[in-house]
Amino acid sequence: MSLLSSTTALLGKELRTEFRSRELLTTTVVFILMVIVLFSFTFDPTYNESRRFGPGLLWLAFLFAASLMLQPCFLREQNNDTLSALRLSVSDPFAIFLAKVIANTLFLLFTELLMLPVFAVLYNVPVLRVLPQLLLVFFLGSLGVSIAGTALSAISAQARMRELLLPLLLLPLLTPVLVSSTQVTMGLLDASPYVEWKGIGFLVAFDVVFLTLLWLLGEYLLEE
Amino acid sequence: MTSPGFIPTGIRFENIEKRYGGLAALRRIRFEIAPGECVALAGRNGSGKTTLLRIAASLVRPTSGELTFPPAVGANAAAASSAVKTDPVRAKVSAGFVAHATMVYDELTAEENLLLFARLQQTPNAAARVQKLLREVGLLDRRDSLVRTFSRGMRQRVAIARALLHEPSILLLDEPSTGLDPQGVAWLAATLRQLRDTGCTILMSLHGESEISMLATRAIRLDAGLIVADTRTGAEVRSILTFADV
Repeated sequence: MSLLSSTTALLGKELRTEFRSRELLTTTVVFILMVIVLFSFTFDPTYNESRRFGPGLLWLAFLFAASLMLQPCFLREQNNDTLSALRLSVSDPFAIFLAKVIANTLFLLFTELLMLPVFAVLYNVPVLRVLPQLLLVFFLGSLGVSIAGTALSAISAQARMRELLLPLLLLPLLTPVLVSSTQVTMGLLDASPYVEWKGIGFLVAFDVVFLTLLWLLGEYLLEE
Repeated sequence: MTSPGFIPTGIRFENIEKRYGGLAALRRIRFEIAPGECVALAGRNGSGKTTLLRIAASLVRPTSGELTFPPAVGANAAAASSAVKTDPVRAKVSAGFVAHATMVYDELTAEENLLLFARLQQTPNAAARVQKLLREVGLLDRRDSLVRTFSRGMRQRVAIARALLHEPSILLLDEPSTGLDPQGVAWLAATLRQLRDTGCTILMSLHGESEISMLATRAIRLDAGLIVADTRTGAEVRSILTFADV
């Protein structure tokens, strides 16, 4: 009960501060939009090329945008040492991570859903008929990115070369998520759409394993 | 000022050492603060005061040594045993901490900040408690303003209100009068006096003499991470806080 109420209170704080500052959402939306538009005009892909390269490009844009979004996740808590106040106040430190993971997943999903129509139009890819399945892979992929990214953001925030450290740790760790998400998305955008269940299974397993690790080790990540 | 479940609690530092790489921030720290005692920490910059306070708040783990929270003699045995063992989680929620940084969110209003921390600490009647503290710190009419629009002194008032939200049995203050105007210092001194008189244990770092330092019944001076003076004698307490004996 304590975990649930703490997480709810902290999630409210995350959403309220973001919608007031709009720092993270603005950065990620602009970044993804630039990548999608730039590649569309540079390569002018055909219908078949869009189906082959589009999903990889989309997920690469999501991943880099996420690394931009996750960087300030714990850095912002250092401005006024609010992380210490949170550590003193919550009985279960996992609530701090859980609220940030949920908030980051929501921000990423919001950005992805905003960018999906732009991608569909510029790359001439029909997405409506597979929208529920796309939402599922977006959710599982974004959750994986958020879980690993939030944990690494907590580690890198206390390091000296923090701006370099997060992408250095995050990108190799998330390569399997990137590959699986891209494969599943490719299947969904195929001329005869199909669901790559192996990829979905991998994403679920990744999310469960890393969330469990975060639950077990989270307290140590917050120590000074 | 204190809640019915309030248990006076002391702090015992047993051979606490803290090293940051090759630098010894604290060395052989061994002393006990009795429940209800008001102790002032003095010392030059870098002498280890902040590190000691952060260890007492369970924010920093000592390299070696042990931190315990003994209950007052005669405290309800059952309540005390559940509250005061070396349980870091319990210690965290029972201590109120005012640090150098304000530990509040700039993008939230004063009221939102206090409500957030009250909810996290599961403070009973959170909304009423927050209103009461906002009135006491003189920010009731600015409760809907974002903290980033506040002056340093006003932020410090919010920080003090945050530390007092859950009616802590231990109060840890790192230069608490930073940024406060004379009225603010007088209010803080009166509040701390009331807390001390109702059994709250206070450990605070101070520079020089002020209305707040007058509350100290004991002074400890740190130098390069070592305790070099510890006294309960009135005149010596003043002398340590003003560096008159150096």
